[in-house]
Amino acid sequence: MKIRRVLLGALSILVGNKLRSGLTILGIVIGVAAVIAMLAIGQGAQNSITSSISSIGTNVLYLSSGSGARFGSGSSTTVRNIRPLTMADAQALENPYQAPGVLAVAPILMSGNISASASGQSTTTTVYGVTTDYFSIRSEQLSEGAFFNDQQVNEHARVAMIGTDLATTLFGRTNNLVGQSIRINGQTFTIIGVLKSKGGSAVGSSDNQVIIPITTARDRVIQRAGDEVDTIYIQATSAATASQASTQVSNIMRMRHHVAVGSEDFNIFSSTDLQQTASSIINILTIFLGGIAAISLLVGGIGIMNIMLVSVTERTREIGLRKAVGARNRDIMVQFLIESLVLSLLGGLIGVLFGWLIAVIIGWVASALGTALTPSVSFSSILLSTFFSAAVGLFFGIYPARRAASLEPVEALRTE
Amino acid sequence: MDEIVIRAEALKKVYRMGEVDVQALRGISLQVKRGEVVAITGPSGSGKSTLMSILGCLDRPSSGDYTLDGEQVAGLSDDQLASIRNRKIGFVFQSFNLLQRISALSNVELPLGYANRPDEGKGRAETALRAVGLENRMKHRPMELSGGEQQRVAVARALVNEPAILMADEPTGNLDSKSGQEIMDLLLRLNREGNTTLLIITHDPRIAAQAQRTIVIRDGMVEEKML
Repeated sequence: MKIRRVLLGALSILVGNKLRSGLTILGIVIGVAAVIAMLAIGQGAQNSITSSISSIGTNVLYLSSGSGARFGSGSSTTVRNIRPLTMADAQALENPYQAPGVLAVAPILMSGNISASASGQSTTTTVYGVTTDYFSIRSEQLSEGAFFNDQQVNEHARVAMIGTDLATTLFGRTNNLVGQSIRINGQTFTIIGVLKSKGGSAVGSSDNQVIIPITTARDRVIQRAGDEVDTIYIQATSAATASQASTQVSNIMRMRHHVAVGSEDFNIFSSTDLQQTASSIINILTIFLGGIAAISLLVGGIGIMNIMLVSVTERTREIGLRKAVGARNRDIMVQFLIESLVLSLLGGLIGVLFGWLIAVIIGWVASALGTALTPSVSFSSILLSTFFSAAVGLFFGIYPARRAASLEPVEALRTE
Repeated sequence: MDEIVIRAEALKKVYRMGEVDVQALRGISLQVKRGEVVAITGPSGSGKSTLMSILGCLDRPSSGDYTLDGEQVAGLSDDQLASIRNRKIGFVFQSFNLLQRISALSNVELPLGYANRPDEGKGRAETALRAVGLENRMKHRPMELSGGEQQRVAVARALVNEPAILMADEPTGNLDSKSGQEIMDLLLRLNREGNTTLLIITHDPRIAAQAQRTIVIRDGMVEEKML
């Protein structure tokens, strides 16, 4: 009852000074809005990266040659005489006794930018030479046509599957392309399938690419010594066995390359690693930007303190009168604290709405630009910033409120 | 009717202004009986406002004893003094001291909000406003009232907690003589009808003449008592 009276009193004062109250809470509004928007965008970026990474499978391991601490895994010692990965390595990894956690292995040859042309158009693209296991590991899907089969791989067939971006660039369409010819690096291939669009992903655009049999690639497009391959994709039997599979792959590779633990000449990293790395980078960015936004909250708090001090000075007589009719120091203190609390909470709430609006607008802009970013305002970030703005109001309200409470009634009444 | 409401013994008040001690009160002793109307007069700077502050428990004496309605006041804490002001004293100020942004009724309710006893709220405030003849002005804000009406709101506010004593500091000082006399009539009527003890500080001899007794303060001391 009493709190309600004080609360109503505080509200009536703040409403009575609309312009001043509005300007006072502006700092808090901007601060909270910035924090909310930052956190929402960070969360949205996190979500879209997580989903684009999990779209390539959480149970996939990537094996590459080389050494050094890449993505936080592997050793940091320099290793000489790095042995490249080979087809034989890939075959060894398929051994179900030594690597029971491995489901499928896909050795890959990968080109740099390479020229492709068809029907008078030409462009640059990336060529992948793969085996048939690649399709299931990468969860590739076709919008038309068919994947090549093992026989076509063995026959070094000149067949290709192309991504939608490349199809659009060369042919101006993405359907009715099966049977068309495409020239890659001067070699003619027959298109047997069009890959379904995967959209922009965290691991590069996969819509501008050509997939051909690894055997044909070695012969005609991507020159490599002996049976070297560029990378090997490994699919674990499940996401749960991914780390066991990783250990088994490491053991096999160490044996084959005659290297000791700690001086490996190869790297294994999983999509989970990638996801964690991306997440931690985004987290750092979010905390950094949120921290900058929080400074605005601090400035807003100082604004509240400033106005509350002015208010105390203006209302010295009122304070004196309230004391004369029986207000204790604590009553005055509570009155002014509640005023600054109401100010900051109001600012916080408006800021939450405003920040939400900013997040939604940024989501619109991002989708208009073709980026898959859906900012997500979490309940916890609303709670956090509301709590934080209340704390700011209380903290910066304490000094003015104490000053009001400590006024001597006689002198307060005497003030003009 | 010989109950003593105010018993002050050798009240002294010393202010320190920079390096100099200023003696505002130099030992004042006085008594006020319940139901009495006492005027305190004196030239400006005589210390009568300081005396009023101390008698009104707004300030503490440097030395001396003060008993108000049976309660020893000297040595009480800020909160205890606030409680005494709330329960035992009603103030009427020269400049009304009403809160401008709230209605007359809310102004009168103000002391109730700080009372510890169960809140009887609007009922008491309305009764007090009726007692000062403002039953038709309850929802008005102070700005919409004349000076005399504003001072009557202040009187109602002073009465609302049924104090032992009503202290008025130049209650007519900001009013023309007609409304000033109306306020005096109101105060005297409340004294007659409700047996409210009145302590009026004034330098206006016409006001002082309406009291039963006048205490003259000069240079921080009681100059004479007219009984």
